[in-house]
Amino acid sequence: MMNHSQSTGADYNYTIVRQFALTTVLWGIVGMAVGVLIAAQLIWPQLNFETPWLTFSRLRPLHTNAVIFAFGTSALFATSYYVVQRTCQIRLFAPKLAAFTFWGWQAVIIAAAITLPMGYTQGKEYAELEWPIDIAITIIWVSYAIVFFGTIAKRTTSHIYVANWFFGAFIITVAVLHIVNSMAVPVSLFKSYSLYSGAVDAMVQWWYGHNAVGFLLTAGFLGMMYYFVPKQAGRPVYSYRLSIVHFWALIALYIWAGPHHLHYTALPDWTQSLGMVMSLILFAPSWGGMINGIMTLSGAWHKLRTDPVLRFLVVSLSFYGMSTFEGPMMAIKTVNALSHYTDWTVGHVHSGALGWVAMVSIGSLYHLVPVLFGHGRMYSTSLVNVHFWLATIGTVLYIVSMWISGVMQGLMWRAVNSDGTLTYSFVESLEASYPFYFVRFLGGCFFLTGMLIMAYNVLRTVKAPKESLPALAEA
Amino acid sequence: MDYGTFQGILTIIVMVTFVGIFYWAYSKHSKSKFDEAANLVFSDDELAKMSKDSGEQK
Repeated sequence: MMNHSQSTGADYNYTIVRQFALTTVLWGIVGMAVGVLIAAQLIWPQLNFETPWLTFSRLRPLHTNAVIFAFGTSALFATSYYVVQRTCQIRLFAPKLAAFTFWGWQAVIIAAAITLPMGYTQGKEYAELEWPIDIAITIIWVSYAIVFFGTIAKRTTSHIYVANWFFGAFIITVAVLHIVNSMAVPVSLFKSYSLYSGAVDAMVQWWYGHNAVGFLLTAGFLGMMYYFVPKQAGRPVYSYRLSIVHFWALIALYIWAGPHHLHYTALPDWTQSLGMVMSLILFAPSWGGMINGIMTLSGAWHKLRTDPVLRFLVVSLSFYGMSTFEGPMMAIKTVNALSHYTDWTVGHVHSGALGWVAMVSIGSLYHLVPVLFGHGRMYSTSLVNVHFWLATIGTVLYIVSMWISGVMQGLMWRAVNSDGTLTYSFVESLEASYPFYFVRFLGGCFFLTGMLIMAYNVLRTVKAPKESLPALAEA
Repeated sequence: MDYGTFQGILTIIVMVTFVGIFYWAYSKHSKSKFDEAANLVFSDDELAKMSKDSGEQK
């Protein structure tokens, strides 16, 4: 790795940040390309080429694991290691252990990319990886916690900046979730059985599943937001007080929301209702974060006209606000009776995953890459802008098509004739979905193209000669 | 203590804690400390002395 940093004061460890930042782009492309492939398979099933390891059932977990744990989590590693050093004004604690988290995490990603297509799975959504990989993840995650909290412990500032609170909550909670949900009895190197069974197993799984959303895909990325939005806007966060209140409310509430994934199942009815109510209340702290981020721009709105990086960050917050309104609504049992098991859920997830998680990461990376490689700006600001529009249009195409398809499926499945028989067969609803599957595929192609442009832009920035990319004057 | 009483007490404890956090966050006492903390995002630049940092920052 090149070392462009010319720091004279605190000498921050940027090597680890550079490594994770570049792998974020790489794994983003891989994970999203697999997503586009399986979206195409839903329209043209022959695209599995009659090959077992190219079937939808094996590639779908590969897609979700790649985008969440390879792309998203690499972005979190990069930004948390960067932010914790800069806001604690101290070099990263235990640099060798930090390097271990990088190489260890890459090994886990490779192991997942090999075992999932081979069909080795624990069968738990977002926790498919078999037990030896689960143990490796635990070791790496504990190392991550030591590096992160070690850095906070030896900080030279008196305060712990709010972004680090969010990163800290994310690291601790993901450790707890992963360890509890992955408890299993191994029967061979590649096969294990969960320690839980029946409704308890389902409950533990969705306690894990929804808090992976709440702490990995929300708290972690809010940490990112709390550093990069104020930084890019050139203004301190709108309300530090609000950030404290919504932090505690968010982490106290999220942990209870899991049962909304199990409405109308064998889960006790009171547990379902509790999950629904907690999901509804969750709307308040979610919007606290969204409002705090967007209002940080008050007085700096004009910067949106010239700065596509800031545009990425603000639009990501808009999608965050939208999906955290949609989520509580879908958690209401009567709404869920229509939406569950339909494409609406898939659309909701991608409104959060593409619109919020990916766009806030991309915006942060466009801020980060020039700083890490000693430049004033990205190689091409207009390509950042092209990427912004491709990502936005791609996300909108994706979620709108899934809304329409999902509501249509829900209505078709519940329609009954006067004699009580079903009006439509399942295959009829599937046939009706094809046009929307094509629009979704198109949206995915837009988003993936944007990522490829990003890779080119990042590569040119990294390879650019020194002093060749000066910062643009304030517009 | 029966389960209902236990739940009631727990609810009150959680509620008092939340009101306490709210009160602490919005008290005048904390204002200056929070302003200082909010500006940590910008004080890192002087320390890093990155010669070619983003031009948008103050």
